[in-house]
Formats: sequence, structure tokens, C-alpha cells
Amino acid sequence: MSEVIDFLKEPWTFEFMRRGLLAAALVSVVAAVVGSFVILKGMAFIGDALPHASFGGVAVAFALGENLYVGGGIAALVTALLIGFISRRGVIRHDTAIGILFVGMFALGVLVVSRQQNYTGDLFAFVFGNVLAVSWSDVWLTVGIGLAVLAVVALFYKELLFTSYDPTMAAAAGLPVASIQYGLLALLALTTVIALQTVGIVLVVALLVTPAATAQLLTRSLRGMMALGAALGAASSVVGLYIAWYGDVSASAAIVLTATAMFLAAFLFAPAKGILWRGAQGRAASP
Amino acid sequence: MAADPRREGPAPPDWAVDVRGVAAGYNGHVALDAVSFTIEPGCLAGLVGPNGSGKSTLLKVVLGLHKAREGEVLIFGRPGRPEHERVGYMPQAELVDWAFPVSVAEVVLMGRYGKIGLVRRPSREDRAISMAALERVRLADRAGRLIGELSGGEQRRALIARALAQHADLLLLDEPFAGLDATAQHDLLGLFQELRHEGKTLFVATHDLSCVAEDFDHAVLLNRRVIAFGRPGDVFTEENLNTAFQRHLMVLHSGDKTFIGL
Repeated sequence: MSEVIDFLKEPWTFEFMRRGLLAAALVSVVAAVVGSFVILKGMAFIGDALPHASFGGVAVAFALGENLYVGGGIAALVTALLIGFISRRGVIRHDTAIGILFVGMFALGVLVVSRQQNYTGDLFAFVFGNVLAVSWSDVWLTVGIGLAVLAVVALFYKELLFTSYDPTMAAAAGLPVASIQYGLLALLALTTVIALQTVGIVLVVALLVTPAATAQLLTRSLRGMMALGAALGAASSVVGLYIAWYGDVSASAAIVLTATAMFLAAFLFAPAKGILWRGAQGRAASP
Repeated sequence: MAADPRREGPAPPDWAVDVRGVAAGYNGHVALDAVSFTIEPGCLAGLVGPNGSGKSTLLKVVLGLHKAREGEVLIFGRPGRPEHERVGYMPQAELVDWAFPVSVAEVVLMGRYGKIGLVRRPSREDRAISMAALERVRLADRAGRLIGELSGGEQRRALIARALAQHADLLLLDEPFAGLDATAQHDLLGLFQELRHEGKTLFVATHDLSCVAEDFDHAVLLNRRVIAFGRPGDVFTEENLNTAFQRHLMVLHSGDKTFIGL
């Protein structure tokens, strides 16, 4: 018994593991809450685009010797607002606008980085994530932005629900639909920034989409989806860090793959919505 | 109480809907041109015309969601705009996200959101009003179900309950009968007639000409411009229908029944 407890306790005897867990769990919770809207609005593509776009800002900030988060945050926010602006004009399709802008911003990042002499360490942490390398100042930034995002969602829950579910009716009821939709994009951009160091540009979309999608299979309401998605995201962080510790593998990849495994399990076995359940019901229904 | 300041010109305050010379379109395309008509309060009015005749655009202009390039719309004597709390709206069913995880009660409660204001939460009274609206459309026992779990007819009634929760006096409905079977359509029509008797005004865009001819009080025949409006019996002449639909439609009267078809 004591071996089991030692096994479970060992990783957390190190400060960088505790710090990494705090950052990863908080980011997963925020990402699942914002990600619930991302899923229901079919915004997964933009959820993948903003982290990539932020790379342009990260690279410019790196070249100028400025804070990489601030650079990435500005780039993500500007891209989100530009996507919203262009697609609201109605001439260019929404997904086309996303495709043009995020690749452009990403290419800007590649261009800037190609002029740098030694870019390996810090920048690669942003591309592939390195949650075990976060500093306490990174963690506090994550806590601050994360709690702010959660507070805004809680405060404007009613408006976000209405405009996500039925934007036409929300506009007819006099709600400022455009502002609320821009606000959701801004929340997504902020979530992207704090998720960057945890899982890296390439894997941010997994934190946004996977735990919330798993929760969608298991719950019947938006609130339930957010709460369970947050819990599953945090659980993925814990399990992923154990796997990283004992398997000596990338923590971000382990966190994402844990979330993916949870999704596959729910997809197969979820009551009512899982495919095995549906198959069993189909057989029971046929004579 | 002080008398309302009178508008200039003939602005009888007793029209539920007064559309005056409205032109509207999208990106240079003209959807509506010189559209003028009126609807009396407390009547069941149909909006009919071929596909692409501007029915949905007209409803959005009346609702204040789409800006008219020319002309104006008065709702109960006041300019139509989104904040107009007396106007309820039911979008086309195919534009509603039925897979969204919201309960029937939540959908109806959304009818109160415009009145509640930003950030503030729905009160006990808001919930009571929503519940009463659900009872009115006989869906109280479905309050806890997901909106996507209801039948087509029940879904339409839930959206009507949302407009009732808003305390709307004018209901704009876009193709409420589309995709319903005959029983559900008949039930929905019955609900419309009950609401009309309670003093609500309903303006219903529909493809079902025979239904409007038989059961509605008022009809507006549209094809980018208004071909005719008034009592259905006067509007649905073969000449008017052929002008609107650009093809030959037959109007058959059999006793007190009217059939319109190819």
C-alpha cells in the first residue's frame, strides 16, 4: 500500500511538477469552459487558428526582447478581431478569412525567427509546449488571466448562451450581438495565450475542444458541459503529468493524449450518446 | 395621462403593422421594392409569395433586424426596431440549432433576456412568466426536456412560448408550418386562432396558400412588391396569384372551402 502512495506522491515532491500541475490544471479548466462555446458554435477551426497566429506575435516579441506572452496575446487578439471584422462584411466566407489570416500571422513568425541566430529554446517551448518549465511569474499570469476569463463568462453567461444559441433572436431582443461575439473571440484569444506554454501552439485546440466534447457526450446542459469539461480537463492534466513523469515523455503530449483517450471512451460507452449504447438500443428495438 | 404627440401626416395609431414604401436588399440585390401594406391589430395575417419573393427579408425589416433602404415601418404606431418589446419573432425552423444543449424552459426564458438587461440574472418573476407561457402553449410537462428532444410541432410551440414570455403583442412567424405533418399543422393553426382571439396579432410567412385562404383573416401577397393585400378572398384571385407566381394557379371554391393549386 505504501508503495502505491509513494508512487502517487513522488512526482509532487518536486516544485516544478507542482507548478506545472497548477498551470496545466487551471488552463484546462478555462479552456474547457471557453471550449464549450467553441464546440457549440462550430469554432474549432478558429480555436486552432488563434494559437498559430499568436506565433507571429511571439516571434516579434522575441526579436524585440519583449515579453513573449504579451506579443502572442496581441497577435491572437488582433487576428480574432480581424477575422470577426472580415467575415461580418459578408463578402468572404468565415473559414476563408480564418485561413488567410492565421497562416499569414504564422508566416510572419517564421520570417522573423529565420533572421534570429539562436531561437531554439524559448520559442520551441511555445510550439510544442513545456509546462514543466513554467516560472512562478508565468503561473501567476495564468492564474490572473484565467480567473478573469472565468469571471467574464460567469457574468455574461446569459448573453453568451443567447447569442450562441440564437443570434437572430438575440439581436431581435435588443442584445448587442456583434459586441458579444467579438467578446467571445477575445476570451478565446486570452485562453489561447495562457494555453500556449502548457501545451504549445499545435496542441492548444485539443484543450479547447476535447474535454468539452467528451463532456457533451455525458451531459444535457451547457452548464453541465462546462463543469464536467473542466473536471475532465483537470483530470487529464494530473494523469498526463504522471505519464510524463514515469514514462519520461512530453508532458503536453501526455495531457492531450489522456484527454483523447477519455473522449474515445465516452464516444464508445457514454449512456444514450455512445455508439455501443446506440447499437444495443438498435438491436433491442429490432424484432 | 397626456395625449401622445401626433405625428405629421396620416399615422393612424390603430394599425398593428404599417409598412410604408419600403425598399430593401442585400449587396445590391433588390429584395423588396416600394412595399406598402397595413395589418389591423388582433388579426391572423398571412404573408405569401413564391420562393425568393422577399418574405423573410420583409419579416426582418418589420422586426428591425434588416434596415430598409427606403420607407419606414410603424408597429402599433411606433418605428420598428430591435428594442421594440411588443414584437416577437419565430425564425425558420431550419435556421434554429436544435442540437444545442438547452432545455425547453431555458429557451422560453430567453424571451425575457431583452428585458432583464446585461449581466443581471433572471428573477423568480421572469421564471414564472416563462412557465405561464409554456402552460399557454400546453408544453408545461416538457419544460425540463432538451429542445431537440421535442417533436416538430412542439418545437414550434416552444418558440411561440418564447415570444409570449416576451409579452409580445405582434408575433412574426417565418414558415411555422414547414416540415410538420397534417395533425401538427392543424394543432398549430388552432393555437394561432386562440392567440388571435386573445388579442394578439400574428403575421405568418407561409407557402400554404390554401390554409391562408381558408383560415386567415388577412393576406399579403408578395413578389418583391405587394401584389395585393386585404381579405384572403379578395387577394387570392387567379389574376393576382398569376402575377405573383408567374404561372397559372387554379382557385377552386367548393362550398366554404377554397383550394389553390397548379
